[in-house]
Amino acid sequence: MKKSIFTLRSQNEIAPRTFELVLNGDTDDLDKPGQFVNIRIQGYYLRRPISVCNVTPGRLTLIYKVVGSGTEVLSRMTVGDELELLTGLGNGYDLTAAGDCPLLIGGGAGVPPMYLLARKLAEAGKRLTVILGFNTAAEVFYEDKFKALGAKVLITTVDGSAGIKGFVTNAMEGLDYSYFYTCGPGPMLKAVYDSSATEGQFSFEERMGCGFGACVGCTCETKYGNKRICRDGPVLVKEEIKW
Amino acid sequence: MVNTSVTLCGLPMDNPIIPASGTFGFGYEFADWYDINLLGTFSFKGTTREPRYGNPTPRIAETASGMLNSVGLQNPGVHAVIAEELPRLKKVFHKPVMANVSGFSEEDYVYTCQLLDKEPQVGWLEVNISCPNVHNGGMSFGTLPESAMAITKAVKAVTTKPVIMKLSPNVTDIASIAKACEEGGADGISLINTLMGMRLDLKKRKPLLANVTGGMSGPAVFPVALRMVWQVYNAVSIPIVGLGGVSSAEDVIEMMLAGATAVQVGAANLVDPYACKTILEDLPRVMEQLKIDSLSEIIGGAH
Repeated sequence: MKKSIFTLRSQNEIAPRTFELVLNGDTDDLDKPGQFVNIRIQGYYLRRPISVCNVTPGRLTLIYKVVGSGTEVLSRMTVGDELELLTGLGNGYDLTAAGDCPLLIGGGAGVPPMYLLARKLAEAGKRLTVILGFNTAAEVFYEDKFKALGAKVLITTVDGSAGIKGFVTNAMEGLDYSYFYTCGPGPMLKAVYDSSATEGQFSFEERMGCGFGACVGCTCETKYGNKRICRDGPVLVKEEIKW
Repeated sequence: MVNTSVTLCGLPMDNPIIPASGTFGFGYEFADWYDINLLGTFSFKGTTREPRYGNPTPRIAETASGMLNSVGLQNPGVHAVIAEELPRLKKVFHKPVMANVSGFSEEDYVYTCQLLDKEPQVGWLEVNISCPNVHNGGMSFGTLPESAMAITKAVKAVTTKPVIMKLSPNVTDIASIAKACEEGGADGISLINTLMGMRLDLKKRKPLLANVTGGMSGPAVFPVALRMVWQVYNAVSIPIVGLGGVSSAEDVIEMMLAGATAVQVGAANLVDPYACKTILEDLPRVMEQLKIDSLSEIIGGAH
């Protein structure tokens, strides 16, 4: 965990109200997929936790959706602006459990952390299948980026305007996979839990105070006791989850 | 060289900076960020007789210049605190710690305080009669002088270490509660706990916090806290620990001038893990600017 200043390198709206933010700064603490950063936004008291989409030495990519006035302010920041981040937060995904052909399932704002995970798994020589779920065709992002990693990519949209009509679980039917990793809204995670055929890991979202385990604002109950989503999570393994 | 040392209820402290209960866990979370032995002490997570899960989530909401929490005293219970948390803390913190205690009955407070009083690591007992996030207990003891005095007396009867009563700002006359604690034998008063508040989710048209209400903290509450420290200083002669929105070395000095012997820092730790370290680094410079040689000499200096 580190606190440091990052400089905004680029910011683009890659889908309606969805922004890709590239920052330059100290990325030493950011090598694990599934971790997040906590960003201080001028004029707002609490930081905004955002999952890491990609990281290369000195460069961090985040993708976030504007959901309130804090992220609205963030979306208006421009090249050269400075942001104070807490980095290296959360446990991240455990890649050692992946097997030969893992399945990655991301829904909406849960798609970004799947990218760094896919990249790392691809580098490790895994045969990847990726399901990306959105509401509608206009919201789809990063399809080509996942394909460029050599992954088999399945898109689902609720309205059927792109890919398979329906939810990510519709795309899971009949797939053969060794293990799975997922991130997305709560109802999607529950649906994935119910339809999955193997063990897997889930990344959860919760309103946080600090993001590093001090305030216990984001506690959840697991089969192994209370866990803090920010510190003991956000990734929980399938078998410990209590819905 | 300026002198930052103070004495709180007979125990010397290198400086008056104390991370507030509920914002600092059992310390070791912050030991990952900096050497917490720099602190005067810290007040550990509110501990109850039995383990508590706390309230359902969401437990956190933002406010202008502050936040709401409705954690609801999540803690592993006094036996686990003694068996697990204190030994873990011992490895990273070598000063007397402030043990924060909550309860749901007089017997609860007595039971928990009696056990923690025996722990050599504990320097002070901070008795929370002001948690706004639990029902049938917590704050209800701190809103009437009679019950505040009863809890104070009961705890004092079974303990040997300094007892600091932590008061709620959600009362009509803070001075009368503080006086009742003093009459009950309290060695000190800490204030303020959080102010009760709430927010709504506009899209869902429902309360943002699952518990509906929460406790407000952060810079927005600082003037309220300062006013109450001022009033309590006028009402009692025992030491006061001032807290509520403190975020800078200047805030610390302001609290001390109003009457605080030591100062707790709460929500600031959550938005910046280095908040207390930064305050400690800034303190000598701010003292020099304000021509303060010794912090202990300015306590109540604005009266």
